[in-house]
Amino acid sequence: MSDNISKVFNWVNHRLPIQNTYERHLSKHPVPKKVNFWYLFGALAAVVLIIQIVSGIWLIMLYTPGEQAFASIEYMMRDVDYGWAIRYMHTTGASMFFAVVYLHMFRGLLYGSYQKPKELVWIFGCTIYLAMMAEGFLGYVLPYGQMSYWGAQVIISLFGALPYIGESLELWIRGDYYISGITVNRFFALHVVALPLVLIALVFLHLIALHEVGAGNPEGVDIEAHTDEDGVPLDSVPFFPYKVLNALVGIGVFMTVFAIIMFFFPEGGGYFIEYANYEEANPLVTPDHIAPVWYYSPYYSILRAVPDKLGGFAAMGAAVAIFFVVPWLDRSKVASIRYKGILSKIALVLFGISFLTLGYLGTVSVTEHRKTMGVICTFIYFSYFLLMPIYTSIEKTKPVPDRL
Amino acid sequence: MIGLTSAFGAAGVPFAATPFIASWNPSAKAKAVGAPVKVDVTKIDPGQQIQIGWRKQPVFVIRHSQEAIKNIESSLSKLADPNSEAIEEPYRNMNPTRSKSPEYTVLVGVCTHLGCSPKFFPEVEPKSWDASWTGGYFCPCHGSMFDLVGRVFKGVPAPTNLKVPPHNFKGNILTIGEDEEMS
Repeated sequence: MSDNISKVFNWVNHRLPIQNTYERHLSKHPVPKKVNFWYLFGALAAVVLIIQIVSGIWLIMLYTPGEQAFASIEYMMRDVDYGWAIRYMHTTGASMFFAVVYLHMFRGLLYGSYQKPKELVWIFGCTIYLAMMAEGFLGYVLPYGQMSYWGAQVIISLFGALPYIGESLELWIRGDYYISGITVNRFFALHVVALPLVLIALVFLHLIALHEVGAGNPEGVDIEAHTDEDGVPLDSVPFFPYKVLNALVGIGVFMTVFAIIMFFFPEGGGYFIEYANYEEANPLVTPDHIAPVWYYSPYYSILRAVPDKLGGFAAMGAAVAIFFVVPWLDRSKVASIRYKGILSKIALVLFGISFLTLGYLGTVSVTEHRKTMGVICTFIYFSYFLLMPIYTSIEKTKPVPDRL
Repeated sequence: MIGLTSAFGAAGVPFAATPFIASWNPSAKAKAVGAPVKVDVTKIDPGQQIQIGWRKQPVFVIRHSQEAIKNIESSLSKLADPNSEAIEEPYRNMNPTRSKSPEYTVLVGVCTHLGCSPKFFPEVEPKSWDASWTGGYFCPCHGSMFDLVGRVFKGVPAPTNLKVPPHNFKGNILTIGEDEEMS
């Protein structure tokens, strides 16, 4: 019997590299033996991606795009058994996706996860983040509530800032003179088919590139420098079972947090689902206070900090785009913050504070005082990146140990 | 041969792309919606504004008080473009109200920054966004400020004054979206 099974397996394996792939990317894939909790968020992001895909497929079964969009949300929330659970799973997933990705990105800045030879891993990651922002925006428009409408109005109007083509581009994106059912329909198509395909392809590239160059560690030690006779790094353990079982514990904790939010605080105090979105879109009335969902608010603050339409758009775009060139801005000889000098440490702390402050400012209304704060934080945000070539090359670094 | 084949293939790209791009344009149905709207303006109290929907966009109609009309030029130093030179102004130099009437102002209520609808704050009193506020519009989204006739302030994100839609007064009736004398 087992003989027959192995015969079938061998037959397939000679035609499809199952065993090779499994060993190369899972069972024997070497990972650094000492990492900390910061190295968990990549796995958590993959978990959320799966949650979003599954809950998203079920949402499509309940949702109607176009003019009936808002009514179909009320329908799934009230009339469908566990419809609320499917929806809250997806909305919680959206916020959690950004939460883990922000932490994952911060890990990258903390331990220099973009340094040679991991530039492409970083760039694919940044592209995933960009695609996620588009995906999140499109998804937020679909319920066609007040925040969906006015959020989309603001974002689409950003394209109007482009010289010459701006206004006709806006009209082309909307397909109508306002954000109507027509706009919702096309956003739906992009949200459920086009961008998920792009995201999955990018995640695949991110992982393949990562497995080619190998995962990093908090010490910034190059574990490839010391290998055994088979070429396996001495300071590594196989992905299975060590990394997998380790990650499962983290996933368990994460799922608990996820469930608590989903069941008890799905609106997240108005940060995950904004209260104004429980009102149907009304093109004639802007809500008193428009704020993006929390994961966009830092960029929204940067937009507001520049008192010029095109300039604000450019600053916001640059704030995201600048992540892509970090591998070439960091001139440090060492990767990890543990061995970098005091300047890098101060810069990273200031950057973190400015990012969080911008995030807070983006969720509250503008006053003169907050506007000044926004300008200062925007300045710090960009200084972190633009001054990086200077402070990483003049500061004194500590020697990195040979082994992990 | 390879060059010719490639050129032939490349020439096909814009043709193949056309339906995908063109289908995003506003459909004939979307274009058909958008007839002019009429409103009786004498029902507005002096100093108040009403809001009307035209093409699903908010349109503000303000009836100025005598005092406000007198003070229309008082905040001139704050304005970025007091004569609306940066935009196509349909009724330039006709009235200080920018409209066809010396008493009413008609504005498309869409912020020229990112399309929010600015809020009407006619009172002359210090506001959290401007200590020397003399009445006008404040956009809650990004803090752009406009005076009572929709002229943009200096140093705010909105680049231009609020637009004045084509309109016409006939007796008490204001028609928005149509102006026989213009077309």
